[in-house]
Amino acid sequence: MTVASAPVVTDGDAEALPRRHRIRGAATYLGLTPFAVYVLLFLAIPTTLAVGTGFFTEDGALTLDNVTGLFAPNVLSAFGASFFISAVTAVLGAVIGALVCYALLGLRPDGAVRSFIDSASSVLAQFGGVMLAFAFIALMGGQGLLTLFLKDTLGIDIYADGNWLYQVPGLLPVYLYFQVPLMVITFMPALQGLKLTWAEANATLGGTRLTYWTRIAIPVLAPSFLGSLLLLFANAFSSYATAAALISQGAQIVPLQIRAALVSETVLGRENMAGALALGMVVVMVVVMWGYSVLQTRTSRWQR
Amino acid sequence: MNVGAEPGKVTRVVILAVVGLVFALPILAMVEFTFRAGLSGDHTLDHWTGLFTEDAARTYRGLFQAIGNSFVLAAVTVGIVVVILLPTMILVHLQFPRLRRVLEFICIIPITVPAIVLVVGLAPVYAIVVKVLGGATWTLAFAYGITVLPYAYRAIQSNLDAVDLRTLSEAARTLSAGWLRVLWFVLLPNLRRGVLAAAFISVAVVLGEFTIASILNRRNLQTALLQVSQSDPWVATIFALLALLLAFVLLLSIGRLGRDRKNQ
Repeated sequence: MTVASAPVVTDGDAEALPRRHRIRGAATYLGLTPFAVYVLLFLAIPTTLAVGTGFFTEDGALTLDNVTGLFAPNVLSAFGASFFISAVTAVLGAVIGALVCYALLGLRPDGAVRSFIDSASSVLAQFGGVMLAFAFIALMGGQGLLTLFLKDTLGIDIYADGNWLYQVPGLLPVYLYFQVPLMVITFMPALQGLKLTWAEANATLGGTRLTYWTRIAIPVLAPSFLGSLLLLFANAFSSYATAAALISQGAQIVPLQIRAALVSETVLGRENMAGALALGMVVVMVVVMWGYSVLQTRTSRWQR
Repeated sequence: MNVGAEPGKVTRVVILAVVGLVFALPILAMVEFTFRAGLSGDHTLDHWTGLFTEDAARTYRGLFQAIGNSFVLAAVTVGIVVVILLPTMILVHLQFPRLRRVLEFICIIPITVPAIVLVVGLAPVYAIVVKVLGGATWTLAFAYGITVLPYAYRAIQSNLDAVDLRTLSEAARTLSAGWLRVLWFVLLPNLRRGVLAAAFISVAVVLGEFTIASILNRRNLQTALLQVSQSDPWVATIFALLALLLAFVLLLSIGRLGRDRKNQ
């Protein structure tokens, strides 16, 4: 209550501190156990099982057959198709997304346009899977709105060479639909980190807008842009639901190979092949995400 | 003259209009599709009104059940975030600041280990879960708690960084409040926005989840939508639109939560 009594309390506390800290220290470590146990059971063990089963046979004997099975022609071509889809949609998504970010520069961050686009981007970046497949079937399926419009008014048949929407090329426009919004979310902070003082310094020293972009903005943004591009690559590479909903026959990309290995009823002992495929995916993901985090560290240098 | 990076007004409007239009098209196509009458090209309200007839509850019983499952899963997942992740994050923030990097690393792992990989290892784990807890749908939420970890972590962490919890909790402790009291009356009210944002994004992610449910043969909203679409694509599309609308409202409110904080 009184001002005078306050220091007395703190003094007493300070003396008791070392011992109390030790006792409480042990007890507080216990507080971490629920999370540790949960993560062990549902993240560490499944991940270990997923990448480990590839090294075993159905009977539990060690084998490299499944891992060498990764180099079978059909698996290699699935990895090739996955790389192709991921690379193309990452590059296009990054460029289009960066353009949108650029267009948003100079708008008030709390204004109506910005907050609408921010929310829409977070929804659409999450908008994968079955619902996205429905949207593109409604738009560009055999009887889709765009397909009919192009055929009836312009006389263009987009499926003259066969119905590619349900094949690997069909995934390109569909994946772009979540790649561009993801780019907007991840790249916007970097673009907003461009400081007005740099532009003023450039103008004071007689620079033009061209020199501003080539000498200042692009070098500063490059690590962040490439980092976001890697994130987009990883995002497309690991995406399963959309492809599963669109492509019901065959296993043209790696996630669909895993589906085929897991649910196949005809071939026995395929779970272990799924493990080898999972291992292959994780290796790619670790490399890509490592590159992402390296570039992220370089980016944060400019955002202080 | 504008010296900065900002685009001219025309450039801005052209970019936003073109991209906006292209991105609106698939959604509009979905809306238009729900009014289609078969393959004839005519339009009808039947697919929408059909949802409100007496038979609807019976015809779409499986779908409604799956929607119920998804909401239960969303609730349990939010429970896992609040009961397991949140206390751990507060504890690490206040008592073990050196463990922060470790916790962050763990919470980011699910981005590197995609659901389709995780599900390969989850299948044997769930063989045991089913033995212990039974095969009820809600058990799937254990896996979803992991899926939402990166999103929930980011939402709560940005709130933790913005509030000086250490001073607040020490002030409350000095005033002789017990730990539970500090947690309930001091820490949680200050973390409300982060926790709400984490809950909303978790709900949005769980409602959209397909991979794990489909491979483990469980029924949730997404697996049911795919199944229904084979017999009644119109109703499947209507529900997909509604789910999309719900996700949009949830994420728009996260944006609002963030804005309120800045205005204070």
